[in-house]
Amino acid sequence: MADSSWLTKFPQMDRTDLLAIRKSLDAAYREFSRSYGDLIESFFDPLLSFLIWFEKLLLQSPWWAVILAVTVLVYLASRSWKLSLSVVLAFLAIGYFGMWENTMRTMSIITVCTLLSIFLGIPIGIMMARSNRVQAIVTPILDIMQTMPAFVYLIPVVMLLGIGKIPGVIAVVIYAIPPVIRLTNLGIRLVDREVLEAATAYGASPMQRLFGVQLPLASPTIMAGINQTIMMALAMVVIASMIGVKGLGQPVLKSITNQYFTLGLFNGLAIVALAIIFDRVSQAYAKRAQKHMQGTKDA
Amino acid sequence: MPDTRIQEQTAHPQQQAIDKRKQAEQPDQQPFIQIEALYKVFGNTPSTVMPLVKEGKSKDDILAETGHTVGLKAINLNIQKGEIFVIMGLSGSGKSTLIRHFNRLIDPTEGRIIVEGTDVMQLSAKELEQFRRHKMSMVFQRFGLMPHRTVIENVSYGLAVQGVAKQTRLEKAQQWLETVGLSGYEEQFPSQLSGGQQQRVGLARALCTDAEILLMDEAFSALDPLIRSEMQDQLIELQEKLHKTIIFITHDLDEALRLGDRIAILKDGELIQQGAPVDILLKPADSYVEAFVRDVNRARALTVETVMKPALCRISAETIDEALIQMKKVPGNYGFYVNEEGYQGVISQRSLEAAALKDGGHRLDTEILEEIPSISPEALLESVIPETLDTDCPLPVVDENGGLQGELSRASLAEVLGDGTDHRAA
Ligand SMILES: Nc1ncnc2c1ncn2[C@@H]1O[C@H](COP(=O)(O)OP(=O)(O)O)[C@@H](O)[C@H]1O
Ligand SMILES: [Mg+2]
Repeated sequence: MADSSWLTKFPQMDRTDLLAIRKSLDAAYREFSRSYGDLIESFFDPLLSFLIWFEKLLLQSPWWAVILAVTVLVYLASRSWKLSLSVVLAFLAIGYFGMWENTMRTMSIITVCTLLSIFLGIPIGIMMARSNRVQAIVTPILDIMQTMPAFVYLIPVVMLLGIGKIPGVIAVVIYAIPPVIRLTNLGIRLVDREVLEAATAYGASPMQRLFGVQLPLASPTIMAGINQTIMMALAMVVIASMIGVKGLGQPVLKSITNQYFTLGLFNGLAIVALAIIFDRVSQAYAKRAQKHMQGTKDA
Repeated sequence: MPDTRIQEQTAHPQQQAIDKRKQAEQPDQQPFIQIEALYKVFGNTPSTVMPLVKEGKSKDDILAETGHTVGLKAINLNIQKGEIFVIMGLSGSGKSTLIRHFNRLIDPTEGRIIVEGTDVMQLSAKELEQFRRHKMSMVFQRFGLMPHRTVIENVSYGLAVQGVAKQTRLEKAQQWLETVGLSGYEEQFPSQLSGGQQQRVGLARALCTDAEILLMDEAFSALDPLIRSEMQDQLIELQEKLHKTIIFITHDLDEALRLGDRIAILKDGELIQQGAPVDILLKPADSYVEAFVRDVNRARALTVETVMKPALCRISAETIDEALIQMKKVPGNYGFYVNEEGYQGVISQRSLEAAALKDGGHRLDTEILEEIPSISPEALLESVIPETLDTDCPLPVVDENGGLQGELSRASLAEVLGDGTDHRAA
C-alpha cells in the first residue's frame, strides 16, 4: 500500500528535509546580515540623515509657515486658487484634530520615498526602453514586487536593518516604484517612431535623443506613473508603521488592535486628504506641462 | 514669328524642371551617391537567409520557410550630383527601407553605400552623427515634427543638434520659414498647422542645415491633391535655385514624372527599371511597370521632343522651282523653309505650284510662307494639343536658336496619347 499512496496523497517532501532547507537558508541569511548588516546600514546613512533632516524641518517650522510653503508649492504647480484653498482648509482641519505631527512625519516619508522612486525608477525605465533584454528581465521582477505581500519582503529587510525609518523607506519604495518604471518604459516606447527617426536623421546623439525627444514626449506617461507611485506609497503608510515608521499609520494600527474606531477614522481621513492633495496637484502639474503639446484649444 | 511660339504662352514651373533635367542627364561625372549590391533581410538571423536570397528564392517563399522578410535585394544605384532621383513602387515594395539606408537609419545585411567617395558603412558612430548633421537631411511622410517644440524650434532643430548658437540658428530658421512661406507661424506648435503647412516646416527644417542631399520619403503623399501639387511646384522652384541632390520616394507615377530627372522602380525589394521618365513611360520593362504607366496622363508627362519625328521636308532652295523639286521628292504637300538664319516658316505645295506658274525662277521670298505656330521641343504635349489639332500639316518643332528640330503630326500625337505602350521615342 505504500507503493500507491502517492496517488491519493501528494508525494510531499520529507518533513525533516524541508526543515533542514529552511534552517540552512535562515542561518545563511542570518549570517549574511550579521556580517554585512552594519555595512549596508552605513550605506543608507546619507539617506537616513536626509530623512531625519527633512522630518525635523517640517516638525520644527511653525505650522503656518508649513501651510504657507505647501500652498505656494501647490499654487505654482497647479495655478489653481480652488485647489490651493482646499489645501489650506485640509491642513487646518488636520491640525485642529491633533494630527499635525503625524501628518508632517508621513508627508516627509512620502516625499522622500517618491523622490527616491523617481530617481531610481526613471533610469531603470529608460534602460528597459532601450533594450528588450533588460525589459524581459525587469518585468517579472516588477510583477513579483507588486504581488508579493509586503509582509514577506519586510522580513528580510527587518532582519538586515532592524526596525526603523530606513527599512520603512525600503519597503515603501519596493511597493511603490513599479509604476514609475513601467510607465517610463512604456512612455519612451510609445514615442512616435518617425519623430525619433527625424532626430536620428539630423544627427542627434543618443543623449540628445533622450533628453530632447524621448523624455519630453514620454513625460505625460511618466507623470501618470509618478502619480500612481505617490498613491501607492501612501497606501503603504499603515503597513510601514508596523516596522516602526512613525506617522499617520501608527494611530491607525493602534486603533485596529484596540478597536478605537474614531481615532482610526480621523487618521484614515488625514491619509485620504494627503492622497487627494498629492494626486490633484501632480495631475494638475502634468496637465499644465503638456498643454502646449495638445495645440491650443483656447486659441 | 517667335511670338507665336507656344512656350512663351505657357510659362509653367514644370518647364524649368525639364530644363534642369537635361543638365542632369549627362552622366559625365563620377556618381555622387553609389549603392552597390545592397541586400536587406529583416528577421532574427538575416545572414543565415542570405544564401536563399541569392539563390533567387522569392520573397514569399523565404518568408514562409524562414520567417524572414526580404526588404531589399541586389540593389545597384548611381545618383548624380544635382539630380532629382525618384524611387517608385507600390506600398511594401521597400522604398522606405531603401531610403533609410542612405543615412543608415537602417543598416544593410550586405552591400556598400558610398557618398562622395565616403563608404558610409565604415563610419564610426560619432562620424555617422557628423555625416548625418552635415551631408543629408530628411523629410518624412508624416512630417516627423516634434510636437513639443515650436515651428521655429523645429526648423532650427538640425542646427541645435550641431550646437549652433541660438541667435544664429533662429535667424537662419527665420529665413527658411520665409522661403517656404510660413513667416508669422514661428511660435505656433505643429499641431496648430494644417498638413501642408506642417510639411513646409519639414521642408524648411531639411533646408536649414544646408545639407547637399535631401531624402524625401513620400514627403507629399499625405497631402491633399491640390496642396500636393503646390508643394511639388515649390520643390521644383527651390531646386532651381539650390541644386540639391534629391532622393524622392513616391508611389505616384504622376509625381515621379513631374519631379524626377531619373526614376527607379522597385518591386518586392528589387529594382526592375531605372531610367529617364520618358524611358519608363514609353518602354516599360515589364507588366508591373506597365500597370503603373497605364493610368498616367501622358500629355502632361511627355514633352514634344520625346514624340516628334524628324522633319522630312526641309526646303533650303533659293528659287521657287528648286523648292518645288525638293518638295516633290518627299511625300506630303508641305515643307519647312530653312535658311542660314534657321527656320523661317511653312510652305504648302499648292502655293509653291501657283507661284511657279507665275515665275519659276523667282527667288523664294517670305511672302509665300504660311503662318503656322511653331512649338518648342520642351513644351508639354498637353500644351500643344490645340495647335496640333487646328493645323492641317504637322507643326514645326523649333528650338530657342531657331533651329528646326523636327515635326509633330496629329498622327504621332494620337499614337502616343492612345492606349498602347509600345511606342518608341523618335
Ligand atoms: N523593421 C522591419 N521588420 C520586418 N519587416 C520590415 C521592417 N521594415 C519593413 N519591413 C518589410 O519590408 C518590406 C518593405 O517595407 P517598406 O520599405 O516600408 O515599404 P514601402 O515604404 O515601399 O511601403 C515590407 O514587406 C515590410 O513588411
Ligand atoms: Mg514607405
